[in-house]
Amino acid sequence: MIRFAQVTKRYESGHEALKSVSFVLDRQEMAFLIGRSGAGKSTLLKLITRVEKTTRGQLIVNDKNITRLSSRQIPFLRREIGVVFQDHKLLYDQTVFDNVALPLVVAGIGHREASRRVRAALDKVDLLNKERLYPIMLSGGEQQRVGIARAVVNRPVVLLADEPTGNLDPQLSDEIMDIFHQFNEFGVTVLIATHEHRHIDRLRKRVLELEQGRLIRGGEGMED
Amino acid sequence: MSDYLVRHAQVFLSSVGQLVRSPGSSLLTVLAIGITLALPTLLYLLVENVQNVTRTWQGRAQISVFLQLDTTNEAARALQDVLAARPEIESSRLITAQQALEEFKNQSGFGAAMDILSDNPLPASILLHLKTGHDQPELIENLVRELEANPEVDLAQWDMAWIKRLHIILRLVQRSVLILAALLVLAVIIIISNTIRLAIMNRRDEIEIMKLIGATDSFIRRPFLYGGVLQGLLGALCAGAIVSACVGLLQDPIGELVSLYHGDFSTTGLDPRSFFTLLLAGSALGWLAARAAVGRYLGQIEPA
Ligand SMILES: Nc1ncnc2c1ncn2[C@@H]1O[C@H](COP(=O)(O)OP(=O)(O)OP(=O)(O)O)[C@@H](O)[C@H]1O
Ligand SMILES: [Mg+2]
Repeated sequence: MIRFAQVTKRYESGHEALKSVSFVLDRQEMAFLIGRSGAGKSTLLKLITRVEKTTRGQLIVNDKNITRLSSRQIPFLRREIGVVFQDHKLLYDQTVFDNVALPLVVAGIGHREASRRVRAALDKVDLLNKERLYPIMLSGGEQQRVGIARAVVNRPVVLLADEPTGNLDPQLSDEIMDIFHQFNEFGVTVLIATHEHRHIDRLRKRVLELEQGRLIRGGEGMED
Repeated sequence: MSDYLVRHAQVFLSSVGQLVRSPGSSLLTVLAIGITLALPTLLYLLVENVQNVTRTWQGRAQISVFLQLDTTNEAARALQDVLAARPEIESSRLITAQQALEEFKNQSGFGAAMDILSDNPLPASILLHLKTGHDQPELIENLVRELEANPEVDLAQWDMAWIKRLHIILRLVQRSVLILAALLVLAVIIIISNTIRLAIMNRRDEIEIMKLIGATDSFIRRPFLYGGVLQGLLGALCAGAIVSACVGLLQDPIGELVSLYHGDFSTTGLDPRSFFTLLLAGSALGWLAARAAVGRYLGQIEPA
């Protein structure tokens, strides 16, 4: 599903954030991406959604080589990938319902079908009763669940999350991770960058560890 | 297809929503556009009206054709018939030598003195009134030259100076209006593209999010283009109102002035066609301005 083949990312500043990273994440697999601050976790996720461009190596997502992708094709890549952000990135002048509907509106899905899918997604994160509220009226954990609903509403094959539980207390954090786990069990490929090793022990999933831009655990030909 | 229309309608309504959400600044922008568009429209109406007035004056443009002294009345009448048949002549009047003398005696008070003369010193003449459309200075000059080539004609005269001057002035005014209109149109484009630029900057975060969830550039561009068109359209409506108000205020004094000169002309305001053109121009300017702003600033916003 996601294949990194000796991927290197060098920022314009000259800093090499990823150094020859290689790994394969299979269809329906779930993995945690860990490493100290500055190790390159966010950078790795940004390459997959083409927010940043690979400098060297090949990157294959959903059977497509996205190493060279024209700017015209980028939106269509992003529609196949659901992303959850630490800071939620919600639109604060739109209701919960409209926020979740956004990927469907953008993809040109009809109103009736969109409403159905938005309700289904909100149901999965247990927020159906708050669809008319604005994000500002919700707690941090609830806002993050809106973010998750938006990420899955278009039924992506890949779900990425960059520290989705960063600002939450342990109980809420567990709830959020359980939601990701559920989606994985429904067949979605999940990759989550996190600092919290607690989840790794709890959910017993594959771990990819970065250290100063190098993959030191979970990569090809490595043992866990 | 209907989905496509619904989506367009949604985007359009959200542009309206944006206008409504910040009514103060939007209203000011629309007003500024209105005033800027009203100026060239008013000038256009001014030129149009002045042209109408001069057209009624020029309808009276006339050529006096003085005949040779030895022309008989019959020959004069025959010549009048020939001239009257020309396409550029509206009407003609023959003043025979005798009539000219009578008129002169009556009007000058030299009646007794004229009696002393044995011969009538005044020539017969034919007054020609020109049709509108044949009253440009160049055409008249050609006609005069043709008339003078006639053996019976001694001299053909027309009051060339003031018509020529009027035409030159009109052309000057027309060109000034064009230049001014071009400048004001530029101003409208700058006003609208600046508000669109601000709107883009204000929605920076939103644009980034839209791009992150897979919105194409054309999808993101759309509401801003609609916003530009909407502002242009509302600005044009506003301009229409300003122009109508101005014409209404000026109608009476102009009517009085014209009636002093025995003119039979009424001021023309914005007829439906010009009004429609104004709306179309406003919308087109809004679209152009929004395109310029969007092309420049939307590409700079990328998620990081
Ligand atoms: N746009 C950029 N330009 C230059 N350098 C960057 C840029 N973004 C990140 N970096 C650098 O690349 C390295 C990896 O950054 P990255 O954000 O991927 O780390 P991270 O593992 O996500 O850290 P954290 O846990 O703090 O989020 C850091 O040294 C960072 O300073
Ligand atoms: Mg990070």
